[in-house]
Amino acid sequence: MILRYLIVLLILLPIKAFAVIEVDITRGNLNPLPVAVSPLSIDEKSKESFKKIIKKENIGVEISIIVENNLKQSGLFNPLNKDAFLQKPNIANLKPRFEDWNLIKAQALITGKVTFVEEKLRVEFRLWDVLAGKEIMALAFTTVPSNWRRVGHIITDKVYERLTGEKGYFDTRIIYVSEEGPKTNRIKKLAIMDQDGFNNKYLTLGNELVLTPRFSPTNQMVTYLSYFRNLPRVYLLDIETGLQEVVGDFPGMTFAPRFSPDGKKIIMSFAQDGNSDIYTMDLENRIVERITNHPSIDTSPSFSPDGKYITFNSDRSGYQQIYVMNNNGKNVKRISFGNGLYGTPVWSPRGDLIAFTKLHKGKFYIGVMRTDGTGERLLTENFYQEAPSWSPNGRVLIFYRETKTNSKGEGFSAKLWSIDLTGYNEKMVETKTDASDPSWSSLLSN
Amino acid sequence: MNLSKILKNGFLILVASLILSACATQKKAGQTQSDVYTGTESVEYLASGVKDRVFFATNETVLTTASRDTLRKQATWLRKNSKISVVLEGHADERGTREYNLALGERRANSAKDYLMTYGISSDRISVLSYGKERPVDSGSSPLAWSKNRRSVTVKAN
Repeated sequence: MILRYLIVLLILLPIKAFAVIEVDITRGNLNPLPVAVSPLSIDEKSKESFKKIIKKENIGVEISIIVENNLKQSGLFNPLNKDAFLQKPNIANLKPRFEDWNLIKAQALITGKVTFVEEKLRVEFRLWDVLAGKEIMALAFTTVPSNWRRVGHIITDKVYERLTGEKGYFDTRIIYVSEEGPKTNRIKKLAIMDQDGFNNKYLTLGNELVLTPRFSPTNQMVTYLSYFRNLPRVYLLDIETGLQEVVGDFPGMTFAPRFSPDGKKIIMSFAQDGNSDIYTMDLENRIVERITNHPSIDTSPSFSPDGKYITFNSDRSGYQQIYVMNNNGKNVKRISFGNGLYGTPVWSPRGDLIAFTKLHKGKFYIGVMRTDGTGERLLTENFYQEAPSWSPNGRVLIFYRETKTNSKGEGFSAKLWSIDLTGYNEKMVETKTDASDPSWSSLLSN
Repeated sequence: MNLSKILKNGFLILVASLILSACATQKKAGQTQSDVYTGTESVEYLASGVKDRVFFATNETVLTTASRDTLRKQATWLRKNSKISVVLEGHADERGTREYNLALGERRANSAKDYLMTYGISSDRISVLSYGKERPVDSGSSPLAWSKNRRSVTVKAN
């Protein structure tokens, strides 16, 4: 229901003038922009109403913390300490005293107001250019109170877009595999959480092994591998209804599923008699198409965003390498030629890059290359890490990392990590349990 | 046969057994040969003298001489116990991507299956299940632990 709920965007004022402040996203976090996120102002009556519903003292403060945290996590912004703020939230939202904000070196200021209107949450927010002394964006929208965390994410997306010129990725979710128990017998469950780790929910109970969940482009459905009844097959799960079904009727293991960019097909591997090839199944008419036919292992397929090409992993050269082919399986070309083994190719949502895992001399790397294989760039090196997934704007990769155990086999853990495309801002993504196989949703609201 | 001949033969046997035991100690120290596990630590038995598993080299699905010997014994035992069906569980070590390892495990189990079939076991009695790197027997992060985990295990299904 939350996903389907439409947030009504009312543009308060047209976007005025041009921004003097700009954030260069191609340079990483060398010089994060100092930004002041004022607590959103709120009247006493609204405050009490929200307090009853969401059990938080002051929803205006809470939303501003979400925005602040998002901006900080992006690595591109430096949110300033609220203790230094001189102006009260309600006054700042009407007319900031720019000298005050200048004094604490804020270059951008975010102010806003929350009200409780007819059982709904109404929020307005403004983005100010402190140096130029003017408002550069103002938006208002109304939603159900339970969506209050999403309000913080949507504000961040709008601010990020206004200041970087690119769409944000904050009103999004991550689906992943939650892991518990000893390394030799892990209990794995599908789990979903907001991009910032909140609202964590489990989608399966852990009775059977589950692997590699991936979102559909509309975020309603998830495709994943389940060992239900010891028959490893690709499944389709509706997140809202909880209904699930096996994809196709294959006489053997199906695995490595992903959606096509239009969400109409699932592309996956099917293994039979020791050979894995790539197939698609149309979810409407159930027609199954064989895409590759080769005695080598062909797996980890991923469509280009226009749906015309497929990148995949094959050992047809003798070792794991990355290939690109037309969506009908024709015109297969190897694109990885560096030293080592290459796996898990994933096409960027922007279309220009393919992210991958590389194994070379006992180390694992997450990297990117152009779709013709040129311009290989390794972003991070570790004992073990793999399976990158792109943020919907193609700026950030999320992946998982496993630790080396000691001589007694102790000390194993698996965690989610993210890194900026620039190679900066590498950090662990907090999860309640150990975690692996992350998949990033597209923007929930546009 | 005279005494000297007996002594000579006995001496030869003694030398041979010395060499063999030297090999055995060598194996114990290394426990792998050309990257393939040769120890017995995690090995279980389907019946007396019939090992339940075979091991593979990194990224390989080829059966070694020792693996073929194990599988021939399994085939003999299966021929004697014609009502038993088996699942061949294929595994990979943790040093590979999850999806490729699923395919690799399937391929390993199938190379064991093919060998059992050439020794007369009907494919109806054999099913294949790949776990990729999901079910290691040794939780270590050492070449020895990985060699134990690259395996195909024959498990009774009924």
